[in-house]
Amino acid sequence: MNKKTTSKIPKKVWLLISLAVALVLWTLLSINPKTARSFPNIVKVIKAISTMINRGVFWEDISSSLISVTAGFAIGFILSLPTAILMAWYLPVRNIIEPWIQFIRNIPPLAYVPLIVLSAGVGRKPQIIVITIATFLIMTVTIYQGVLNVDETLIKAARVLGATDKDIFLKVIAPATLPFIITAIRLGSSTALTTLIAAESTGAVAGLGMRIRSLNNSFESEPMLLYIIIIGIIGMLVEKFVKYIERRFTGWQEKRDA
Amino acid sequence: MAGEERRVKVKIDNVKKIFNGRNGEMIALNGVSLDIMENEFICVVGPSGCGKSTLLNIIAGLLEPTSGKIYCDGKEVVGTGTERGVVFQQYALFPWMTVLKNVMFGLNLKGIKGKEAEEIAMKYIKMVQLEDFVNHYPKELSGGMKQRVAIARAYAVNPEVLLMDEPFGALDAQTRTQLQTELLETWEKERKTCFFITHDVEEAIILAQKVIIMSARPGRIKEIVDINIPYPRTQETKMTPEFLELKNHIWGQVYQEYLEVRK
Repeated sequence: MNKKTTSKIPKKVWLLISLAVALVLWTLLSINPKTARSFPNIVKVIKAISTMINRGVFWEDISSSLISVTAGFAIGFILSLPTAILMAWYLPVRNIIEPWIQFIRNIPPLAYVPLIVLSAGVGRKPQIIVITIATFLIMTVTIYQGVLNVDETLIKAARVLGATDKDIFLKVIAPATLPFIITAIRLGSSTALTTLIAAESTGAVAGLGMRIRSLNNSFESEPMLLYIIIIGIIGMLVEKFVKYIERRFTGWQEKRDA
Repeated sequence: MAGEERRVKVKIDNVKKIFNGRNGEMIALNGVSLDIMENEFICVVGPSGCGKSTLLNIIAGLLEPTSGKIYCDGKEVVGTGTERGVVFQQYALFPWMTVLKNVMFGLNLKGIKGKEAEEIAMKYIKMVQLEDFVNHYPKELSGGMKQRVAIARAYAVNPEVLLMDEPFGALDAQTRTQLQTELLETWEKERKTCFFITHDVEEAIILAQKVIIMSARPGRIKEIVDINIPYPRTQETKMTPEFLELKNHIWGQVYQEYLEVRK
């Protein structure tokens, strides 16, 4: 196909084509004896929805994970905003905190989960703490870079027009940093989801991540794959939402992807 | 000019600026003194690194002199003030604001809000002929249009002195000529005191009543050339013998400084 005909196909149709190709690949993997155990038949996986509903865990798992992810992300975001700004504005704060962040950021959360459980016990609390730590780190780094990158001449321009420090913060630095804050939200929300397994290894009684681990013990690959797909779908929905916010609030940006 | 009352608007009094860099001290300005008269249009030319932008930033209050003082209407300058407007080379428009909001920014800070601010802003947007673009964002404008918005924004708060830091430096030749003509027309109407930095000698002569030639390392005033070509000046003025003579002289002086810097 040449470029002209491909560009005529609407985006939604492309999405359907992409989905169809994925389903074909999946089917092939489910037929191949070498991969069949990891990729059970599509119909079986879909049927696993009712299996899990009948066991009375399906909705509870989803809602439990959503609560942990949302709470952890929200706390991480609320903490990262002032931390990032303080780091960008005050050199001592930056010099002390930045190495910590770089140090912890590269440690897989699964490694420090047991330590958190030791102090916070089991249940909801440690789950939220693990997600808070992971999202806080990535969002702080991103927002901090954004505050640092605010164009100096914009601050000068505001100052000569009579802006006070408070005006400059609220009317220049805040909006100029907004694109970075939105990027931070995007990275933070995806980190929250990828940290789910680690977070729910803290003795959780329900949750998508916890259930995948427990299904693993009983070799039930159909519901396992189902849960993995659900995590992926949640991620895509969140991404869609962030994209919407981005369009809505930072459409003024010079650089936009086509 | 005869008949006009000449009053010192900005007094630059023995200003010295030293930057402390990695390679030790760098003297950017060494004892610069100059009186900018009310309603005067002054252009400053000089090779890059002669401290002309530093001087403008000090007058604007964005930089502090190491020693020496700046007076505006006899009062010592401490920090920025809305009586001294600045137009930057990089336009410095707020990308998240429309043209109208950009021009209204300074008015809002002054406490002028709503309809009143909008009316004043519209007056200056019309002055720079962008009334069809009031609700556009900067990313939708060309370089020349962006700089027009920046000029309107500076005018809107009604400063007494306009400080312009190579405002047309990033524009193509055609747009630059057009904006020079517009700026001249506005200046002839409003007679706002103008301190304009450029590295373009032609631009300096066509605009200014006085051209300040600066020397480099350390920056100081080398020569002040009066431009006695009557206004209104047009692009044809650039062909007249007196213009060419001035251009030769000033260009020669600047070139000499340029060679100094290269040594």
